Amino acid sequence: MIEARGLTKDYGSKRAVDGLTFTVQPGIVTGFLGPNGSGKSTTMRLILGLDAPTRGDVTVNGRHYRDHAAPLHEVGALLEARSVHTGRSAYNHLLALAQTHGIPKRRVADLIDLVGLHEVARKRAGQFSLGMGQRLGIAAALLGDPKTVMLDEPVNGLDPEGIHWMRNLLKGLAAEGRTVFVSSHLMSEMALTADHLIVIGRGRLIADTSVDDFVARASQKVVVVRSPELDELRVALSGPEVTFVEAERGGLEVHGLTAEQVGDTAAAAGIPLHELTPQQASLEEAFMNLTRDELEFAADVEEVAV
Amino acid sequence: MSVLAPTARLPRLEGTGRVAFQRVLVAEWTKLRSVRSTAWSLGIGFLLTIAFPVIFSFVLSSHWGDMAPQERATHTPLEVALAGVNVAQLAIAVLGVLVITAEYSTGSIRSSFTAVPKRLPVLWAKLLDYGVLSFVLMVPAVLVSFFASQAILARHDILQTSFTAPGVARSMIGGAVYVMLVGIFALAIGAIVRNTAGGIATFAGIFFVLPPLMNILPLSWNNAISPWLPSEAGRQIFSLDHAAHTLTPLAGGLLFAGYCAAAIAIAAVLLVRRDA
Repeated sequence: MIEARGLTKDYGSKRAVDGLTFTVQPGIVTGFLGPNGSGKSTTMRLILGLDAPTRGDVTVNGRHYRDHAAPLHEVGALLEARSVHTGRSAYNHLLALAQTHGIPKRRVADLIDLVGLHEVARKRAGQFSLGMGQRLGIAAALLGDPKTVMLDEPVNGLDPEGIHWMRNLLKGLAAEGRTVFVSSHLMSEMALTADHLIVIGRGRLIADTSVDDFVARASQKVVVVRSPELDELRVALSGPEVTFVEAERGGLEVHGLTAEQVGDTAAAAGIPLHELTPQQASLEEAFMNLTRDELEFAADVEEVAV
Repeated sequence: MSVLAPTARLPRLEGTGRVAFQRVLVAEWTKLRSVRSTAWSLGIGFLLTIAFPVIFSFVLSSHWGDMAPQERATHTPLEVALAGVNVAQLAIAVLGVLVITAEYSTGSIRSSFTAVPKRLPVLWAKLLDYGVLSFVLMVPAVLVSFFASQAILARHDILQTSFTAPGVARSMIGGAVYVMLVGIFALAIGAIVRNTAGGIATFAGIFFVLPPLMNILPLSWNNAISPWLPSEAGRQIFSLDHAAHTLTPLAGGLLFAGYCAAAIAIAAVLLVRRDA
């Protein structure tokens, strides 16, 4: 469990994280979503105590990260920035981490096998591809069998096989009761992995919601109808919030009403319907809708500044 | 690339281990031995410590017959035996800086501080591991350089002394102590500066630029200030003859150790306070 309360971080005059309050629950995959530069990585650094917050507080499993006696058993973290000495082999990198907690060598070998780096484990990490580097980072994160797993953009650089593997791994970790906190700037990836979403923009909390609610809340009400009496239907449905767009093959897109409202109105007016289809917004569209205000605000501010 | 494990399930880890200083010490030792720069720097430091006395012994032996008595008097057996220390200290200092700055340049400091978020044990372990390693390496190096140079000079029966003669053992072991302290001082500077080039430049400034600059000052000022410089205080540990204005080996050694302690204290405070 991760609990942030009013978490704020300034770098000079720039506010990277602005009053974030959220709780990441165990047993589910929580997606941490935001455009590039929105403060996701900074938040994760604050959680690990690598950076000190300007204001506010964040705890992991009830304590500040640095106050845990065995931090690697509490949190396993993959940071976006590379965190490996380029001249050291993957095996020795993991071994040195394991030794700080008295974790046996056997465990290091197990993790290397788990992430599929067996053949390159003795090579210097500087020679690794982006995908191999990610796998090494994931092995490091899971070394201590942590209660909380926190990964910053874990699918970056992974091939399709690796991405599929990662999704299953994350779901499996959550199913074991662990807290899984995964950042991404890609909604589509989160749609396949996450149960819950924390969305930030420009360092501020935009949404803290389940994936289903997030889509429902953010998606516009759009219904496609087909009817032999379209003109009568238009008249019956018209209202101040309602607009119409011609759809393909003689259909009509109704904006501003739910499928229930459209169906009830048509029935009351005795208009036959041949199709009534609610259009669900994709997660990507929902994300764009939610963050649009933040981005427009940002653009305005920057124009004024110039 | 090798294939992924078919089942992406994380095996459980039996029993939990806490972070303990002796464990961090082992981890830092693993880090130290697992990068190439360690073997290179220490190997060069070891060879230079021996190579320079050997070369000087041959040169002095072949020219001794042409040298005037006054010139002969300026040479001492220990000066020859410890000639390599002045060069070796640079290799040991560069590695000392790198031990910490390479963690910042590669980003591995984030891994280190994630495993040991209290941070200070990482610094103490690095200092202890590196100090012991450089001392253990330098003791045989100065012993070999002493006996090798004496053996070469003995063939012409010049500049002879014995390891048991007054001050000789202290000077030779003192040379190893001095190099160890230089490594520790450089590591602390690296921790303060957090940048390889900056760390090496700072070290070189204090040890190789500052002392000759003092020669610009009037002699009385120079004699008053120079003994208190880290490099001058440190070298008293292994110097055999002392001028009126220089510190004794013990006082010089303690002063240099004090400089090391001060640098370490600054590094420790900054390490805890700064964002990693």
